[in-house]
Amino acid sequence: MTDASVNVAAGETLLAVDGISLRFGGVTALNDVSFDIKRGEIRAIIGPNGAGKTSMLNVINGFYHPQRGAIRFRGQNLTRMNPGFAARNGIARTFQNVALFRGMTTLDNLMTGRALKMNRGLFWQLLRHGPAMDEEIEHRRVVEDIIDFLEIEAIRRVPVGRLPYGLQKRVELGRALAMEPELLLLDEPMTGMNLEEKEDMCRFILEVNGQFGTTIALIEHDMGVVMDLSNRVVVLDYGRKIADDVPAAVKQDAAVIAAYLGVAG
Amino acid sequence: MLYREVGQYHTNYRADMRIFPILQDRIGILVILAIAFLGVPLIGGSFFLDVVATPFLIYALAAIGLNLLTGYTGLLSLGTGGFMGIGAYTCYKLTTWFPGVDIVVWILAGGLAAAAVGALFGLPSLRIKGFYLLVATLAAQFFLQWAFERIPWLYNNNISGTIEVPTRTLFGLPITGATATPVTRYEVALCIVVALTWLASNLVHGRIGRSWMAVRDMDIAAELIGIKLLPTKLLSFAISSYLCGVAGAMLVFLWYGSAEPTVFSIDLSFTILFMVIIGGLGSLLGAFLGAALIHVLPIVLRGVPPALGLNIASSTVEHLNLMIVGALIILFLVAEPFGLARLWQTGKQKLRVWPFPY
Ligand SMILES: Nc1ncnc2c1ncn2[C@@H]1O[C@H](COP(=O)(O)OP(=O)(O)OP(=O)(O)O)[C@@H](O)[C@H]1O
Ligand SMILES: [Mg+2]
Repeated sequence: MTDASVNVAAGETLLAVDGISLRFGGVTALNDVSFDIKRGEIRAIIGPNGAGKTSMLNVINGFYHPQRGAIRFRGQNLTRMNPGFAARNGIARTFQNVALFRGMTTLDNLMTGRALKMNRGLFWQLLRHGPAMDEEIEHRRVVEDIIDFLEIEAIRRVPVGRLPYGLQKRVELGRALAMEPELLLLDEPMTGMNLEEKEDMCRFILEVNGQFGTTIALIEHDMGVVMDLSNRVVVLDYGRKIADDVPAAVKQDAAVIAAYLGVAG
Repeated sequence: MLYREVGQYHTNYRADMRIFPILQDRIGILVILAIAFLGVPLIGGSFFLDVVATPFLIYALAAIGLNLLTGYTGLLSLGTGGFMGIGAYTCYKLTTWFPGVDIVVWILAGGLAAAAVGALFGLPSLRIKGFYLLVATLAAQFFLQWAFERIPWLYNNNISGTIEVPTRTLFGLPITGATATPVTRYEVALCIVVALTWLASNLVHGRIGRSWMAVRDMDIAAELIGIKLLPTKLLSFAISSYLCGVAGAMLVFLWYGSAEPTVFSIDLSFTILFMVIIGGLGSLLGAFLGAALIHVLPIVLRGVPPALGLNIASSTVEHLNLMIVGALIILFLVAEPFGLARLWQTGKQKLRVWPFPY
């Protein structure tokens, strides 16, 4: 484990945020935050409630535009992302409160994740034959592999609005995976899950990272999970970065302990 | 015959991705088509074809059009009547200029003009949605109706201000105008509606349909997946308006025979909207069920009192009609927002597992 994290830490930087500040009126959600994500690592972002973790992900994939700071993705310098650009450049995302297409089936949700990779035009779509059908089948194969991987075969044809919360989170991960992202942003993928579901989710995250080499940024409150999964951890508190290190070191960090105790007490 | 899918396994995705994966459904569709193409014209008289069947087809097509926009893409519109009018007036101008070209070509071309106008009025949908979009499309409706009344060029400077449908033939057979028989007009309408329904069904089951539904269900997530909101919404407006435009041209050329501008009023927009709501948002089948209920039910109700030997004034019957249809709309909004189509689905599901409760 330590060897792996050393290797990753020495690797190439996939994404770097530099001096990001984000304000909503009087509220400072992020204050001069800088860190980087290396290719192939699992990077945890932790912090007490309201620390600015979700805001950070929103900046990374272009929902929020920071007042100050820059983002560098795959060596490209960007003052700001926009959601479409992020998607086209291989950044996928799940949300803290599930953002699925509720009226659509699991299968259709995952197929929608392939939207960027499908390009047969209106003519063939109207006929649903020839190239359009071939394309549909090609992507159906990929999606079925993801369905098998996430063990959600049984709910293939169920509208996701009717699924229990834990399964919805799993489908949302599936939709993000269908984009075959280079960088996967997961916002509390395990909240509201029971122990068994959490274990499954941990396994999926590790396998995605290990087998497909997908870089992952993970927000999670469960410290056990963070310690087990992540290579490096960023700790935010009141919008500022208070620590940035390997999990074992972060756990010992005085500022981190104070931030968490401060919340508890 | 039992409605079962037991033993019907799909061993490849092509078979599994069929729009009607269950054999009995495919047989059912063929039977319905046979009845529609052969049975109805043979058995139904002129009155039935002209008053019930042809109008039903035309309304169903318009309802499919609106359903693509409202049911599939989640964009509300009250401009349906106006977009139908664009189709009708365009068809009229085109056949005036080029009388030699087959009228079916111009009916279909009328839809293209409606698509362009629809997309134009759909532009605000990037910024506004829900109630505000409804108001924007309402403005489109009023503007278009104003244009139909105030621009004499549209109705060839006719003193009466109406479109008078000329006689046009296809292979020597009159299909529009006074000499066209009800059967011919019905068959032409049926061909157009079946073909366009097939295309619409293909569309909603593929990439484009999914992108519409994604925008409907959660536009932020759709954007994040790489779906571009404006082109997706505009395409929905364009294709929706295309179908409405064709339906509008058919309404004048295959049904009314002549039309005043008031035909394409806000009332028509509401009628189509009710059909979509009662039939079921986001269902093509629902468009047909809704059209049947809203158009056919009043005709049946009108026939009931005389059949029972009751002597009720026709104005009373009209009032009863309005009350019953109105009550149904409220009932559906409250009890079954997904409309008749959902009831049908539930019934089918029950049948599939019968005699077990689930
Ligand atoms: N769209 C917004 N408008 C106004 N304030 C916002 C907005 N989004 C976030 N904030 C504020 O920014 C701060 C950080 O919020 P954020 O959601 O990023 O926290 P978080 O670390 O994800 O918390 P949690 O653990 O509860 O999810 C909070 O004070 C929040 O109220
Ligand atoms: Mg959060």
